[in-house]
Amino acid sequence: MLDGRDVVVALKAAGVSHVVWLPDSYLGQWDAALSGPEGLPLIRVCREGEAIAIAGGLLLGGQWPIVLLQCTGLFEAGDALRNIVHDLKLPLFLLVGARGWKQSQHNRSLGRPAADTCAVFLEDIVRAWRIGYTWLTESSSATDLATLYRQQARLAKQAHCVLVPE
Amino acid sequence: MRMTTRQALEVLARHRGERIVITTMTAVGIWPELSDTELDFAYLPSSMGQAPALGLGLALAQPQRGVIVVNGDGSLLMNLGCLVTLAAHPAEVFLVVLDNGQYEVTGGQPHVGAGLVDYVGLSSAAGFRRVYSFDGEQDWSAGCVEALNGPGPVFIHLLVESRFGQKTPAAPRPMVEQIARLRHRLCLDG
Repeated sequence: MLDGRDVVVALKAAGVSHVVWLPDSYLGQWDAALSGPEGLPLIRVCREGEAIAIAGGLLLGGQWPIVLLQCTGLFEAGDALRNIVHDLKLPLFLLVGARGWKQSQHNRSLGRPAADTCAVFLEDIVRAWRIGYTWLTESSSATDLATLYRQQARLAKQAHCVLVPE
Repeated sequence: MRMTTRQALEVLARHRGERIVITTMTAVGIWPELSDTELDFAYLPSSMGQAPALGLGLALAQPQRGVIVVNGDGSLLMNLGCLVTLAAHPAEVFLVVLDNGQYEVTGGQPHVGAGLVDYVGLSSAAGFRRVYSFDGEQDWSAGCVEALNGPGPVFIHLLVESRFGQKTPAAPRPMVEQIARLRHRLCLDG
């Protein structure tokens, strides 16, 4: 698991200005690091579509936010995502917790059904919204995350999802 | 007597100063006749209900500027949580809600709770400290300056006449052009 303090340091170094989030049980462990004195401006929201629209406003106004949320919230936030990425064409960068992914992969290896249908639909949903995505792996580091952010949001100026197996 | 949406927007146009104005739905069709500067942003195509959140992000990015979001009551009902989010993040956001009890752009169907919802109570309970409500043009004209000055966030509820059979509004220019104009005015690249 990535350490919250390492993530903050790496994201700051990559030029991230704000974190807009609605945490899940994995990403939520970074709360102290994000909200602490060495953290990043943290914008807490009620619903994930809001997070995406706030990030859109920040991007419009010249800032460089990232959005952290669970895949269930991504499913709920589809219309906001469509609008910010495809209507406004803003380089939204999302870090998405893939709930139940590890257990579902394990079940699949045993020929059993997914424990949680989040894992069944996540990649299909991201592809349906025509957004590129990258999976973090057990060996991924905070620096890898920051590199992806630089490459996708800052250099290519395109929307991108980073999926975190949970 | 209730004001019309146009009357409500005319008052706002006189007093908006140098703030960014984000319009949604019905207001998109009227506002360009009142103001069409680089600081006017017609949020169309939109994600209905997300204009206040977009405005909050813009206000946080441009803290010296101030952002007025003209939202409908139907749009607000799609995302009531935004009241809590806006109230929790001090920023120069002025959320103007045009309350006509209906979905005007789809022909005028009533929305759920039309005439029953207490928007002042909702916004106050969500944490807004500055909440205003006006139901006539004269009152709104008299109170607009106070409402639009001082610290945000501010919630402004305007009771306006219902209208039926209106044409679906169109944005004054393509989104990519709107964004370029706004960013040019804000001295941002690309």
